Amino acid sequence: MAKVLMTGNAAIGEAAIRAGCQCYFGYPITPQNELTEYMATHLSRRKGCSFIQAESEIAAINMVYGASLTGARTMTSSSSPGISLKQEGISYLAACELPAVIVNMSRGGPGLGSISAAQSDYFQATRGGGHGDYRTIVLAPSSVQELADFTHHAFELADKYLIPVIILGDGMLGQMMEPVEFKYEAPEELPIRSRALRGAKGRPSKIIKTFTSKPAELEEINWSLFRRYQQIKKQETTCDTFMTEDARLIVVAFGIAARIAKGAIKTARSNGLKVGMLRPITLWPFPSEKVQELAKSVKQYLVFEMNMGQMVEDVQLALGGNGEVSFYGRPGGVIPTPSEVNKVISRLYYQKGLK
Amino acid sequence: MEKIYTRPKSLKKAAFHYCPGCGHSIVHRIICEVIDELNLQERVIGIPPPGCSVFAYHYFDVDMAESAHGRGAAVATGIKRAYPEAIVFTYQGDGDLAAIGTAETIHAANRGERITAIFINNAVYGMTGGQMAPTTLLEQKTTTTPYGRDIKLEGYPIKISEMLALTKGAVYIERTAANSPANIRKTKKAIRKAFQTQIDDLGFSLVEILSPCPTNWRMTPIEAWQWIDKVMTKEYPLGIIKDITGKQDAD
Repeated sequence: MAKVLMTGNAAIGEAAIRAGCQCYFGYPITPQNELTEYMATHLSRRKGCSFIQAESEIAAINMVYGASLTGARTMTSSSSPGISLKQEGISYLAACELPAVIVNMSRGGPGLGSISAAQSDYFQATRGGGHGDYRTIVLAPSSVQELADFTHHAFELADKYLIPVIILGDGMLGQMMEPVEFKYEAPEELPIRSRALRGAKGRPSKIIKTFTSKPAELEEINWSLFRRYQQIKKQETTCDTFMTEDARLIVVAFGIAARIAKGAIKTARSNGLKVGMLRPITLWPFPSEKVQELAKSVKQYLVFEMNMGQMVEDVQLALGGNGEVSFYGRPGGVIPTPSEVNKVISRLYYQKGLK
Repeated sequence: MEKIYTRPKSLKKAAFHYCPGCGHSIVHRIICEVIDELNLQERVIGIPPPGCSVFAYHYFDVDMAESAHGRGAAVATGIKRAYPEAIVFTYQGDGDLAAIGTAETIHAANRGERITAIFINNAVYGMTGGQMAPTTLLEQKTTTTPYGRDIKLEGYPIKISEMLALTKGAVYIERTAANSPANIRKTKKAIRKAFQTQIDDLGFSLVEILSPCPTNWRMTPIEAWQWIDKVMTKEYPLGIIKDITGKQDAD
C-alpha cells in the first residue's frame, strides 16, 4: 500500500486495527488524544469490535483486562500520569498472563508535569511499574513508521508470550506527522486462545486468578513468569546501531532522543569525530549483550535522554565497569536540538582525549 | 422417595470456608440455583472480588476470573463488550462496590452495560477484620469506628442502590436480605430477575443483599439475622428500588 501522511497517534490506531485489535478502552489525556479519537471513529462501529471512553484510566485498563480474559486483542493508551493509574491493572494482567498492548505517549513529570514530550517514564516502564515481581516488554519507536510497525509487533508479542506489552513513545512522536506505510491488512478472524474465558461449554469451568493462601503456589507462579522472561530476553531483545564500526564514542539513546542524537552524530562525523549510536528498541529486555560486544572496542559512552538519566544504570550494568558512562539529558518536556547534543558530543570527545 | 432438595449442578462439591452464619454461602447457592434454572452454566462468567468471597471460584462451577478491588464492573464491561454471548455477573461487597469501586459501578450502570451485580451489603469490611464500610450504620461499632460511626467524622451510610437507580442505564435494582427463609426466597427471585434482565438485553441490573456477618458484628448467627430486621432494614429498606424492565420505550 502507498504511504499516507498521519500523526503518530493515528498511525498507532490504524496499525492496531490492522493487527486485529477488537477492543480499545481509553480516557482523554494530552498528548495521546488523537489515538482515542481515531479509535472512536474507526474502531467503534467495526463488526465485533468495541470502543469505550472509560470513566478513568483505572476503569480503562480493567476493561482491557476483561476483554483480554475472553481472548480478544485489546489495547489502551494514555500518557504519563494516566499510565501511573493503570499500573494496578497492568500488574493483574502480568500476573494472570493476559496479553494486552498499552501505549504511553509520555510527557514531562513528575506530578501533573507538562504536556510536552519527555522520556521520564523509563524506570516505570522497564521495572514492571506496578506492585509485585513482574516485567512487561517495552518497545521504543522513534518514527511514525515504527509506531505503526511496533504496534503490530506488540500484539504479536503479547499473544506469543501472554504478557502486557508497553509501547513507550512520547508527545512529539504521537503528534508529529510523517509518511507511513501499513504493511498488514486486518485479519478476518484470529484464533481464540486456549485459556480464554468464554463460558464452560464442552469443557470444565476455568478460573483465572493469582490469589492464593499458599505462598509456595505463588512462588511457583513467580518462577514460571520469570522462566518466560528469560525466554523473552533470549529471543526478543532488539536494538539498532548507527556508525558504530569505527566509533570511539557511542551515544546510547532511545525513541525520539535517538532521532535527535542521529542528527548530532552526522554533524560530529562531518567534523571528523568517530561517533556512533546504540539505540535500544526493546527497553526491556535491554540489549545488554550488544553493549558488552561494543565494549570490546569502545570505552566511552554518552547516554542521552529526555529525562534525568534513567537509562544510565542499565548501560552501566551492561558494561560492568568495562567502559565509562557520561550523561546528557533535558527533563521536564524541554526538547533539545541536534546542535546542542553535537556540542555535548564534541566537548566529551575532546575531554576524553579521543582526538 | 421423591428428591426435593439437591446440590445445584453449577455448585462445586466443596465445603464452604465461610464463618458459621455468614450470608455468602446462602447467596452462592441461590445464584447457582438460578444459573441452573435459566440453563446458563455454559454461558456465565463470574467476577468475584478480593475479600471473603475471593474464593467464590472454588464453589461456582462456571468460568470465573479474579478482579482487583472495586474494579468488577469495569472488568465485567470488558468481558461483555468483547464477548456479548456471555452472561456476566460481578459479586461485590459494600467496600468494593460502594467505596473503592464507586466510579466503575456508577458508570457501568449509566452506560447500561448488560451485566448483573450481586451486591453483598454486610455493613463492614469482612476479610480485613471488620473495619467501617461506606454502608456501616450510624453508631455502629467497627474496628475503625471503635466509638461508633459518628456522622460528624465519618458521614452517613451510603445508599448506593438508590444512587444507581438515578442512572438511566440501570433498569432493575432490588434490595433483599439473606436472613430468613422468606427473605432468601425473595432474594433468589430477585437474582433470577436480574439475570433475566441481562438475558433480555435490557440494561444494568443489581441485587443488593443485606447479609449477616456474625463474626465481625460480634453476634451469634441468630442475633445477626435479627439485627438485619431490627436495625439494618430501617436504614436500607427492602424491596424494588427500580424496575423499568417492562417499559423500555419510556425514554
